Amino acid sequence: MIITLSHFLILGAILFCIALAGIFLNRKNVIILLMAIELMLLAVNMNFVAFSRYLGNTDGQVFVFFILTVAAAEAAIGLAILVTVFRNRRTIDVEELDALKG
Amino acid sequence: MTMPIEAIIFYFFAAILVGAALAVISVRNSVYAALFLVLAFFTSAGIWMLLEAEFLAITLVLVYVGAVMVLFLFVVMMLDIKVEPLKAGFARYLPVGAIVALVMAAEMFLVLGAKHFGMERFPVPQPNPLGYSNTEELGRVLYTEYYYPFEIAAVILLVAIVAAIALTLRKRPETKFQDPALQIQVRKEDRLRIVKMDAEKRADQ
Repeated sequence: MIITLSHFLILGAILFCIALAGIFLNRKNVIILLMAIELMLLAVNMNFVAFSRYLGNTDGQVFVFFILTVAAAEAAIGLAILVTVFRNRRTIDVEELDALKG
Repeated sequence: MTMPIEAIIFYFFAAILVGAALAVISVRNSVYAALFLVLAFFTSAGIWMLLEAEFLAITLVLVYVGAVMVLFLFVVMMLDIKVEPLKAGFARYLPVGAIVALVMAAEMFLVLGAKHFGMERFPVPQPNPLGYSNTEELGRVLYTEYYYPFEIAAVILLVAIVAAIALTLRKRPETKFQDPALQIQVRKEDRLRIVKMDAEKRADQ
């Protein structure tokens, strides 16, 4: 029983789908939505690292490095926006944040 | 049937990872969700170790568990959120969410299965030789070939710092603070008053 590239890719796919279901389910809590996005990025990174190993090329790992950087920036700004929204509206319910009528 | 140690490690970590991810999206309390996400990142770091990406595994623990998740926990605990009403729509969205996720998973399994990415197309690579340093290899590529993207990543982090502070900084009128610009503009006439008066006589004379 040998672990192939397919195993890692399917693990990444399962993670991505769980995160997608999380975005559907947690319509009331923006923090969980941000966590689901982090999970999606983790699934993508898993694919990059697996391909990097099985193709014998470090470029995939460098890309993961940059994704980690951008994800950290995204989390910081997202949480800052969240804090500002909560300060002004006293809620983080997605369905109540409809001032733009979107 | 005996399983090689890699397979045991992979299935062990993969099971924990999937369980933690399911817990993140389904637990009631946001603090627990953040803690399960920490578990998910930690387990992924283990799987990346198995893929011989040691530097990224350590970076994931340091950057994500050490910085990003602490930030998440900080915000979760700082905001005063009521737990009960937040889960009200969970049952309503469960069918559509589950259907979309399952359909997507099925599609990805068809593409990513052993037929296209199995042993024949991608044989298992040899383990890296003794003395090979993943950190050294990444650093060599990062500071030569990817130097320009590396600098852009630094600028992105700077922009994130400035944006996060600019978004959350607020002036409170009731707090007392010093204004250095006004402090250095002060002149002698503003603070010092010279009073001219006659000298007093001593009492014993």
